[in-house]
Amino acid sequence: MIEIKDLHKSYKMGSNSLHVLKGINFKVEEGELVAIMGSSGSGKSTLLNILGMLDSADSGEYNLDGVPIKNLSETKAAQYRNKFLGFIFQSFNLINYKSAAENVALPLYYQKVPRKERQEKAMKYLERVGLKPWADHLPSELSGGQKQRVAIARAMAAEPKVLLADEPTGALDSKTSYEVMDLIQKINDEGNTILVVTHEEDIAHMCKRIVHLKDGVIVEDKKVEQVRAEQYV
Amino acid sequence: MWLFDKDLWIEIFHTLGKNMFRTFLTMLGVIFAMIILVLLLGSANGMSNGFNKLFAGTASNSLFVWGQSTSEPYKGFERGRRIRYKLEDADILKKQIPQIEVLAPRIELASHRGTVSVYRNGQTSGSAVYGDYPEIDNITKKKLVEGRFLNQTDIEDSKKVCVIGEETYKLLFEKGEKAMGEEIRINGVYFTVVGIYKPNNNINIDGENAVFIPFSTFQKAFNSGDRMGWMAIAVEESTPVAFVESQIKTILKTKYDIHPDDERAIGSFDMSEIFNSITAFTTVLQGFSFFVGIFTLLAGVIAISNILLITVKERTQEIGVRRALGATPIIVKRQIVIEAIVLTAFAGLVGFAIAVGILSIMNSMWGSGDDFPFVQPMISIPQFVISFILMVGLSVLIGLLPANRAVKIKPIDALREE
Repeated sequence: MIEIKDLHKSYKMGSNSLHVLKGINFKVEEGELVAIMGSSGSGKSTLLNILGMLDSADSGEYNLDGVPIKNLSETKAAQYRNKFLGFIFQSFNLINYKSAAENVALPLYYQKVPRKERQEKAMKYLERVGLKPWADHLPSELSGGQKQRVAIARAMAAEPKVLLADEPTGALDSKTSYEVMDLIQKINDEGNTILVVTHEEDIAHMCKRIVHLKDGVIVEDKKVEQVRAEQYV
Repeated sequence: MWLFDKDLWIEIFHTLGKNMFRTFLTMLGVIFAMIILVLLLGSANGMSNGFNKLFAGTASNSLFVWGQSTSEPYKGFERGRRIRYKLEDADILKKQIPQIEVLAPRIELASHRGTVSVYRNGQTSGSAVYGDYPEIDNITKKKLVEGRFLNQTDIEDSKKVCVIGEETYKLLFEKGEKAMGEEIRINGVYFTVVGIYKPNNNINIDGENAVFIPFSTFQKAFNSGDRMGWMAIAVEESTPVAFVESQIKTILKTKYDIHPDDERAIGSFDMSEIFNSITAFTTVLQGFSFFVGIFTLLAGVIAISNILLITVKERTQEIGVRRALGATPIIVKRQIVIEAIVLTAFAGLVGFAIAVGILSIMNSMWGSGDDFPFVQPMISIPQFVISFILMVGLSVLIGLLPANRAVKIKPIDALREE
């Protein structure tokens, strides 16, 4: 599903440049649940941004479901993001003046899905995350865990090929974190490919594979026995 | 076509509607600008209408010619000779100058602007007495309160009838007394009143205290022969009055042996000059109002742009999320520009409605034009359309500023900001 070869990325910081990614190679197959770990500054967020087409690599190859991602215009990148990727952010990033259902329907709006179908789909995915009764609530009326579940519903609404989660539990207490991970695991069980960036060991072990980044290179890539979050909920 | 995309509009009204207070503040500038523009234009129009009403009934392309005294000796005549026209001059001028539309000869009793005693039942009024042709009514229209003006039959039959001014009526008759059919006496001759006219708030060349009698009757009653006092002349709309004026003077100077350079011998008054200068005044006033109004509007639209710029900054995260979710730069741009247009157009309409309300209040208070020239202050449809198109055009141009700013935000930077 995802194939990366010799990916490099450096940032210009004034006169000197910071080499963040120093040749990353890795593959993600369909249906995997991968945790990307690393301390801050290890390059894990940069990697996720490149995977999410929010940023572009300096050199290297990136293929997403067989489509080469290279030299994308802003417009093309937006279209690919919309079609291929679902984002889950640490700070939820819901639009604060739109109701839960409207937030979920937003990616579908950019796909030009007719209004009625959009609303139906939004309700369907809200139901999946167990928030159907909260469909008309504004983000400010929801708890942190609920917000993240709305964000997950939004990420799934466009039925993307890959879900990218950037510290999805970073702003949540541990009980809520496990609830969110439980949801992510269940979505993965249905065959969705998910990448989770995290620095928490217990969250990482709830995935099926852990990739360790350090100073811009992969230092470890191992399959793990998945810990089900269900038992903590 | 995206313009008719219902979702787009729902999205825009949703965004604006969910931020009511911000939206309202943004619109204030344009609302006030539109009020100022419409009030200025409306008032200028009101003044223009007021002046038009002031001159209603007076043919604008007209002039008056009368005789004065020569100021230069010529062909053996001494200076200071009084020029007296003959009735035949009217026909000569009409024949030689085809641009003359109406020529109404007039003769007056006593001197120019002089008055004569008019008697009735022991009451007296010092009034101007004119011998006139009915054509004069085409040049300076009389507003009749009662009866009629002089007509062709009066001239042909030399009827002893007269039309009197309201002022004359007040002097000669008791309040509410019937005047029609009554007789008044001028220099021992009796005339029957057939009409009373009232001042019509406009230029009143003849005054309100005057008596009009048929020219032919005047000739017989006061033995004036073929003398003619002055002429009121209406000129074709397309011909400048000054052109006809100089032709008339040339012809008359030749006929009466007046020195070609003598400026004083022939008196004349060009009505169109007054009209032109007033038209120029109101045009300049309107132009100025438009100028000021448009720049006020520009300031208002810039204020919208400014606030949109601020809100773009405020909405960095939102725009970042939208772009991460698949909004292309064009979609983001379009949303901001349309927000600018919708805000401006709506604010413009609100301002317009308020201003029209104020104008109609002004109209009901002073719109009659009795005290000063101010009639029906309102902006015309072309003025409204032009200012509206200008306003929306400006808002598109100025909406592009925040729109470009919004597009420059990289989703990655926007999302990092917490």
